[in-house]
Amino acid sequence: MSDKGKIFLGLIVFIVAVTYPMWGGVFAKTPAPDVQLPDGKCIESRDYMVANHMNMLDEWRDKFVREGEEIYIASDGTEHAISLTKTCMKSGCHDNKTEFCDKCHTYADVDPYCWDCHVAPDQVAPKGGN
Amino acid sequence: MSFMPSFLISLAAVAVLFGIGYGGAAAGAGAVIGIYVPYAALLVFLGGLVWKVADWANSPVPFRIPTTSGQQKSLDWIRRDPIDSPFTKGEVVLRMALEVLFFRSLLKNTKTQLHHGKPAYATDLWLWLAAIIFHYSMLVVLLRHLRLFLAETPFFVTAIERADGFMQVGVPVFYATSIGILLGLLWLLSRRILNPLVRYISLPNDYFPLLLLLGIAGSGFCLRYIDKTDIVAVKELTVGLASFSPAADAIANINPLFFGHLFLVAILFAYFPFSKLMHLAGVFLSPTRNLANNSRAERHINPWNPKVKMHTYDEYEDDFRDLMKEVGLPVEKE
Repeated sequence: MSDKGKIFLGLIVFIVAVTYPMWGGVFAKTPAPDVQLPDGKCIESRDYMVANHMNMLDEWRDKFVREGEEIYIASDGTEHAISLTKTCMKSGCHDNKTEFCDKCHTYADVDPYCWDCHVAPDQVAPKGGN
Repeated sequence: MSFMPSFLISLAAVAVLFGIGYGGAAAGAGAVIGIYVPYAALLVFLGGLVWKVADWANSPVPFRIPTTSGQQKSLDWIRRDPIDSPFTKGEVVLRMALEVLFFRSLLKNTKTQLHHGKPAYATDLWLWLAAIIFHYSMLVVLLRHLRLFLAETPFFVTAIERADGFMQVGVPVFYATSIGILLGLLWLLSRRILNPLVRYISLPNDYFPLLLLLGIAGSGFCLRYIDKTDIVAVKELTVGLASFSPAADAIANINPLFFGHLFLVAILFAYFPFSKLMHLAGVFLSPTRNLANNSRAERHINPWNPKVKMHTYDEYEDDFRDLMKEVGLPVEKE
């Protein structure tokens, strides 16, 4: 009937919308993040940390701030001070927020609110200046 | 088919399909489930949908058949109902918008009860609420998934994430729609099972889509909040899929649960055009909703009416005037 044109138009709009993920990124290609891991061993396994670091930090915050606990005992028995900037981000480990944290967070569109309170070591004004 | 077999067949189907995705990936077939199956499912989805809609577009709708529940336009001094009996195009658009965006017909006669031995119809507000919560949660969840398909997340997706996570509870931030989609689906499923009138008319093709969506929403919930995976590896795979350059090497870092989730989504896409889920397109193409009730003002002629050869009385009389006069029949023209 006379509505075929309208139906066809609706179909085109629908297909364009559904395939948005396929054409929406054509002009802006960001490569997957290439994160440089420091030497040595993290406090838990790589796979565990990749998937669950946010929960560990969340628990650490509650333990430290609310319960006053200062030591985390890892699954292999080693003890670590509960501190984002002094344990995780100490010199020689993940000391560069831009090169470590932000790479994946930006890629995966994650916006953690750690930095509402914390200051990353690499973003502190160098000593000696004002 | 009665309740138990219908429900169990659907449940078993979803469980087996999830197992194929999960077990397949665990057994090393991640590339098949993560790359080939999604492409095939998308092709079936788009092809099937176009075919179905084309079929509907080719079905003739010669006359105006809107279902009305209000006074139609007649005399100026009779108050009319522009939404329940639309007369102009604008009123039809308004009626359709209320239907598509707010599920207006779910607010009418969705509950049947006996009152003093007679059936009475009323509004099942919970049904409407569950449907609204489920559908809008689903929309938000779908839009949020764009962050996994576009290398640079568009601003509106980030805005949606902010709004959805406004409670700022937990890490990763808990989304209101994560629980909304599950609660909506669970309500729709329990209504089907607990209400004997609805249970009586429910078939596997009613239970299966609900259970499939529950499986998808449930596995997605687990992936985000409980049994997490390497999201960067997932995004490498999904961006690769969207840009037609699949990243097969990312698969090894991904939790098999993700492939269970992905396989159910692929099944949903492939099943979609052949199921009741096509109400997605059908809601726009319902002749009982999208036509103006203007039959008394405009004449709608069936376009394939055969051409009738007319022979009027005047012509008849011209043919037989002399014979009619002979036998004394009255004639119009002498």
